[in-house]
Amino acid sequence: MVAHDNIASRMPSDTDRPTLDDASADALITIDRVTFGYDPSRTILNDISMRFGRGQVTAILGGSGCGKTTVLRLIGGVHPVGKGSVSFDGQPIDTRDAAQLYRLRRRLGMLFQFGALFTDLSVFENVAFPLREHTNLDDTMIRDIVLMKLNAVGLRGAAKLRIAEISGGMGRRVALARAIALDPEVLLYDEPFTGLDPIAMGVTANLIRKLNDATGATSLVVSHDVHECFAICDYAYIMAAPGVVIAHGHPDELNASADPQVRQFLRGEPDGPVPFHYPAPPFAQDLGLRGTTA
Amino acid sequence: MNWLAAIGRYVIEGLRALGHHAFFFWELLRTLPTSLKRPYFALLQVHALGNLSLLVIMSSGLAVGFVLALQSYYALVTYGAADSVGLLVNLSLVRELGPVVTALLFAGRAGTSLTAEIGLMKAGEQLAAMELMAVDPKSRVLAPRFIGGIVAMPILALLFSAVGIFGAYIVGVQLIGLDPGNFWSAMENGVDVRRDLGNGIIKSVVFGVICSFVAVYQGYEANATPEGVARATTRTVVISSLGVLATDFLLTALMFSTR
Repeated sequence: MVAHDNIASRMPSDTDRPTLDDASADALITIDRVTFGYDPSRTILNDISMRFGRGQVTAILGGSGCGKTTVLRLIGGVHPVGKGSVSFDGQPIDTRDAAQLYRLRRRLGMLFQFGALFTDLSVFENVAFPLREHTNLDDTMIRDIVLMKLNAVGLRGAAKLRIAEISGGMGRRVALARAIALDPEVLLYDEPFTGLDPIAMGVTANLIRKLNDATGATSLVVSHDVHECFAICDYAYIMAAPGVVIAHGHPDELNASADPQVRQFLRGEPDGPVPFHYPAPPFAQDLGLRGTTA
Repeated sequence: MNWLAAIGRYVIEGLRALGHHAFFFWELLRTLPTSLKRPYFALLQVHALGNLSLLVIMSSGLAVGFVLALQSYYALVTYGAADSVGLLVNLSLVRELGPVVTALLFAGRAGTSLTAEIGLMKAGEQLAAMELMAVDPKSRVLAPRFIGGIVAMPILALLFSAVGIFGAYIVGVQLIGLDPGNFWSAMENGVDVRRDLGNGIIKSVVFGVICSFVAVYQGYEANATPEGVARATTRTVVISSLGVLATDFLLTALMFSTR
């Protein structure tokens, strides 16, 4: 496990950064010293490096707004990286090369935070969507595959329902069935546990692990649910604002970490290296109290 | 010099917006061959957009026909030309009011619906999900709607004109008592199929391109928030309406110039 030494500065120097170790030498996806921002004035990711091992479930954990989802978007080639490179199976992803991008995306399946299901289609048609778009299979074959996928997530009986008729947890499972419809090599999960009740959360976590093991896929789970992620992942990265990796390693190693920022995040402590208060002038100054210290 | 800088900024922003629209239009055109290979999706949109606008188009056409017949009768009867009511109504509808009013109604009814639908798909990450499934949303979502609008518009405009003429017949012949033979024959003799009807159809196809493009563009470029979608739908109506009216003037000058 590698922990970040210079947490207080929030902008560690290159030498402080976690380095890529041999724990995931057979990496399918590599992020190498990537710096990225949606606009030049705001940097979301600061010189981060990650490797995602083939066939593993890797969790990317971190508080809200630390750039976790952006990592997934860069892997999906949604945005070009500013500095550094993102490689898939040894090939750098070039967002300007539409053909390469579409070839890459056919090998990916992504579960969005709120499912991103097509609300004008039924549960069945949502799962059938990638099959209809990317294969020439006949309707009978598509029906069989869709029912198999829905059965895998426990929703074969809901095939005919409309999206408006299913709950949030069921929606997440339908989205999961859609993501695995083409048996992708890589499954990207964006906050799969958000807004789910404990049963649905357990079911989803269990499915992520089982599907990964059954299909031999490589899974990346972006979340802030430490308990659920540590229960299913082989390896984890912990990110913090402003878009840096503060630690990575096996869940047991991270749990044993003495690093204050890692401990604060894993234990959910309200105050610590990550302050409770958003940066602000002294309270007394805001209240207009002269000669009083806050 | 501040005012000079402000003018420069407006000009640059305007040119940038124009360039963005042109680039988007080109991208949309490039996806059309792929979309046309699966005409089912475009046909669905023709059906959806046409049905969506049918009631408002037909009832408006009928009302316009009623009013046109009355107004032209009041004006023409003074000069003893009341028998030309049918011809005047027909030419007004087929050349101008049919395509223009249909386009304005389409922008308000179907255009806003398209923008809101695409904007909400964007807000719900459905378009992003498609992209990550290696499915181009421009080809799968925008192009069928764009084609659907272009095909639906002339059909709706023809229906508008037909219902309007029927409305004029009710008022002129049934209520006022004009001779039905004169009503129809003046129309038959005075309306040129290619020049009047043909140009009217060309106009409505052009308006279909304008209204559909504005609607899908605004939906696709909408901010993915409730406020953003609301603003985009408003812009759809305003830009489409102004675009239709401005283009109508240009087309009329080109098509019906006697020189």
